[in-house]
Amino acid sequence: MGVEQKLGNMGVVTTTLENVVNWSRTNAMWPMLFGLACCAIEMMSAQAAHYDMSRFGMELMRASPRQSDLMIVAGRVSKKMGPVLRRLYDQMPEPKWVIAMGDCASCGGVFNNYAIYQGVDEVVPVDVYVAGCPPRPEALIHGVLTLYEKVNAMKLVEKPAEAK
Amino acid sequence: MEKSLEPILKDLQGKFGATYEEFRGELHCFVKAEQIIDALTLLRDAHHFELLSALTAVDYYPQNAPRFHVIYQLTSVSKNLSVQLRVPVNGDQPKVPTAANVYKVGLWRERELLDMFGIEFEGHPDPRRILMPDGTEGHPLRKDFPLGYEEPQFTFNYEEIDLRKPYVKE
Repeated sequence: MGVEQKLGNMGVVTTTLENVVNWSRTNAMWPMLFGLACCAIEMMSAQAAHYDMSRFGMELMRASPRQSDLMIVAGRVSKKMGPVLRRLYDQMPEPKWVIAMGDCASCGGVFNNYAIYQGVDEVVPVDVYVAGCPPRPEALIHGVLTLYEKVNAMKLVEKPAEAK
Repeated sequence: MEKSLEPILKDLQGKFGATYEEFRGELHCFVKAEQIIDALTLLRDAHHFELLSALTAVDYYPQNAPRFHVIYQLTSVSKNLSVQLRVPVNGDQPKVPTAANVYKVGLWRERELLDMFGIEFEGHPDPRRILMPDGTEGHPLRKDFPLGYEEPQFTFNYEEIDLRKPYVKE
């Protein structure tokens, strides 16, 4: 019923373990179901039928941090939300990644005041920043694909010479 | 001013010596801090002001006497009226008796005023901050509170800010 019937016997494919691991990580990267502000609307839109992020293996938003690989910080992080966000991040299993979606999460955006963190990188380490206020769904998907490039370049074991 | 507000104003003037201002048909009555509980009780019980629709404050910094106005906006749902009571308070550590025993909503509104303006409500059962995280210094809505402005990062000062930005450790 699958591709093997159309192509005939595909036999054996050889690859490296690293490639397989990184491929499985990128193609089943489950984001956490978690939105902080208006960027979450665009995130939902990116998930929905029109933009359909499930093409990239992200069809499942997990409501629990223990089941998710990716945290999309969609919106401004207030000083009171910071510890909560950090706690959610700490509950996620390794390996884990963070996308700062939008200007507010990246650098504070227009909210340059006492209540808002000037960038979520003061709370959790960020892998990809997506600019825009809010970013269009295409921009978020581009950010996700940029993250995939980063993940695909990851090494399972650091070579001794490269190790710090 | 609406005709139906006049007996209320007379009552407040007679019992508390309240002065008043009128602004676009709204009535603002000034009462002293030690009278505010009696004034609120009177308005609630005798004049059917069932709702404390707003409890807020204004900071008139650098003026020091009065520095703040504590503002009680009362609404009468049954009579379709609203009246504002203002309590002028002096100095940086103002104290006002709590209105939580007259209007329950005062419990949270007064915590907000404590948080944002540093106005202490004597007799409040749970005087904690309500909006800002515990351990915050100062009161953000005071006029002498620093704006907390951080310098934006552009191409020309990217590295300089990058060095001192408090990035989190893993």
